[in-house]
Amino acid sequence: MDLYVELLASTIRMSVPLILACLAGLWSERAGIVDIGLEGKMLIAAFVAASASAVYGSAWIGLILAIAASVSFALVHGYASINQRGNQVVSGVAINMLAAGLAVVLGNEWFREGGRTPALPPEGRFMPFEFPSLDDIPIIGPLERVFLSHSILAYAAIALVPLTAWALARTRFGLRLRAVGENPHAVDTAGISVAALRYRAVIIAGVLCGLSGAYISTSLSSSFVRDMTAGGGFMALAALIFANWRAYPALGACLLFGFLQAVGNFTQGASVGGVQIPVQFINMLPYVLTVVLLAGFIGKSVPPKASGIPYTKDR
Amino acid sequence: MMQARGELPHWVDVGLIPLINLAVALIVSGLVVLIIGENPLEAMWIMLQGAVGSLKGWGYLLYYATNFVFTGLAVAVAFHAGLFNIGGEGQAYMAGVGAAAVGLGLEFLPWPIVIPLAILASMAVGAFWAWIPGVLQAKRGSHIVITTIMFNFIAASLVGYLINYWFRPVGKMAVESREITGAYIMSFREVAREFFGVRIASSPLNFSVFLAIAAAFAVWYLLWRTKLGYEIRALGANPSAAVYAGIRPDRIIVIAMAISGALAGLMAVNEILGVQHRLVLGFVGGAGFVGIAVALMGRSHPVGIVLAALLFGLLYQGGSELSFAKPEINRDMVVVIQGLVILFMGALEYAFRPWVAALFFRAEEK
Repeated sequence: MDLYVELLASTIRMSVPLILACLAGLWSERAGIVDIGLEGKMLIAAFVAASASAVYGSAWIGLILAIAASVSFALVHGYASINQRGNQVVSGVAINMLAAGLAVVLGNEWFREGGRTPALPPEGRFMPFEFPSLDDIPIIGPLERVFLSHSILAYAAIALVPLTAWALARTRFGLRLRAVGENPHAVDTAGISVAALRYRAVIIAGVLCGLSGAYISTSLSSSFVRDMTAGGGFMALAALIFANWRAYPALGACLLFGFLQAVGNFTQGASVGGVQIPVQFINMLPYVLTVVLLAGFIGKSVPPKASGIPYTKDR
Repeated sequence: MMQARGELPHWVDVGLIPLINLAVALIVSGLVVLIIGENPLEAMWIMLQGAVGSLKGWGYLLYYATNFVFTGLAVAVAFHAGLFNIGGEGQAYMAGVGAAAVGLGLEFLPWPIVIPLAILASMAVGAFWAWIPGVLQAKRGSHIVITTIMFNFIAASLVGYLINYWFRPVGKMAVESREITGAYIMSFREVAREFFGVRIASSPLNFSVFLAIAAAFAVWYLLWRTKLGYEIRALGANPSAAVYAGIRPDRIIVIAMAISGALAGLMAVNEILGVQHRLVLGFVGGAGFVGIAVALMGRSHPVGIVLAALLFGLLYQGGSELSFAKPEINRDMVVVIQGLVILFMGALEYAFRPWVAALFFRAEEK
């Protein structure tokens, strides 16, 4: 019983960074900007959050600076994709490498621990809420540990799902944003700036990746280590495709990936039916599932029409 | 801005503008060095000194460049078909298993048979690891960028498992295979010592460097002198026109990916058969990703790729000397430079072109 409670709580914990990154991808791609650089933005945000929090002793300052770092990377991507009409996939790859390199180079220079950042004290982290008085109540106790034992960022992530769905479907901004991802010419004809809308989408993606990175290094863990996002940005992209670029299904897909990661963490060295399962196979499970999902064996997905295509005004 | 496009002389487009982009990437890298409180000019001098200031430096430079020619060609062949293969890292890693399996399994045969077989095995396994994402792209429309990245992660776990459970000799602690004696490609240093009795500077440079040159030539021949190469380039340049010309996109996608993976697989020949002489964890060490920067910089042409690979060879060798001389500058500085090169030579390819064009036309008017 306790094991299942922990497994479910862990599922939510592991899903949170994926949900945030997936929503970031959703905003960006719905506006027509393909974002392979989610991973890089998460990584640089994780690094900045952990470093700033270590230096200033406040998780909130870490979070703000992490968002600033992630947004500045997002703006580079925006400039390359919107103004320069460059290849968006190439730009994303560049951002991933830049983030991976910079985090280690700067971390090594600032803290001299080979790219690690110092371990954070509790006040430098977003700690989970605790309700010790509820622990022993039969049904409420386990429910509390599954659903209420998370940090504020986790609840922000969950709340952002309906907010995103509502903003995209029901607001004027959301309608225009989706239009720009489907038919930018029509938006332009209506006298609305395609570039301005796309920049807003890219910045929102930057903010969300900033939250995601900060959660990884200051809530899920208590320091930054190199490559700590471990492909989460790409899994978020896969979840986005699987969810057909919609917010609620994206939540479901991310919970599924989170569950797989949690299972991986819980079954290290476990055996099933007397057969020892090597840990490497459990580690590769989420990636294999991503490939299976992408292969479309579980439904076909249709991306926004104009995604990845730079907009050029006709003369 | 748009009108100026396509009106500049050829040498400006293929020579001057890439050089300007490269210079900007290096200047921004210099700024990063400045931010961490070091002198970029001094850092550059140490790098140059470490890479081209001695025979040993040159040996390492060429050894790194050998790897990057293979991975760069791999990315380029896929690029020509309009595919972005980010999976060179995983393809090369899996190829190492092929090389080691043949090298260890057939060691009772003489080396002139085992070495070519091991090379073929590397290519075959690399090709297989790229073939699956190719098929998924062609038949199921799975985004090749994401599938190849996923295959990198899967390869990382899978090879770790294979080394741990299959290749590691019983009772040995180190997670690596035993020595591959059947397919041992000698380094130039060993050849000089064994056959000529001469001592030369120590470096891992070996005969794979000739394989790299041959591969570059073969890719040029394939792409610009054969029907298949023409079909690959036609598909990449204009998919709908290619279909009207009777080219089957799914077939070309799968073939181009397999060739790409085979080229990435050759990297394992240099590293496993030529340098490590055993299957070790993580031997690819990012060379697959360097291939992306190399291909972009070399404009996906074999000559450009060889030049770009030499430059990255210099950066890698110089970078390790630099981190040795100045521990404040981490080795990962090279990854930063890589990212900046991809940004300025790939995504921001045309950023400085209008300025160059303006300067050029002003000079012409006078």
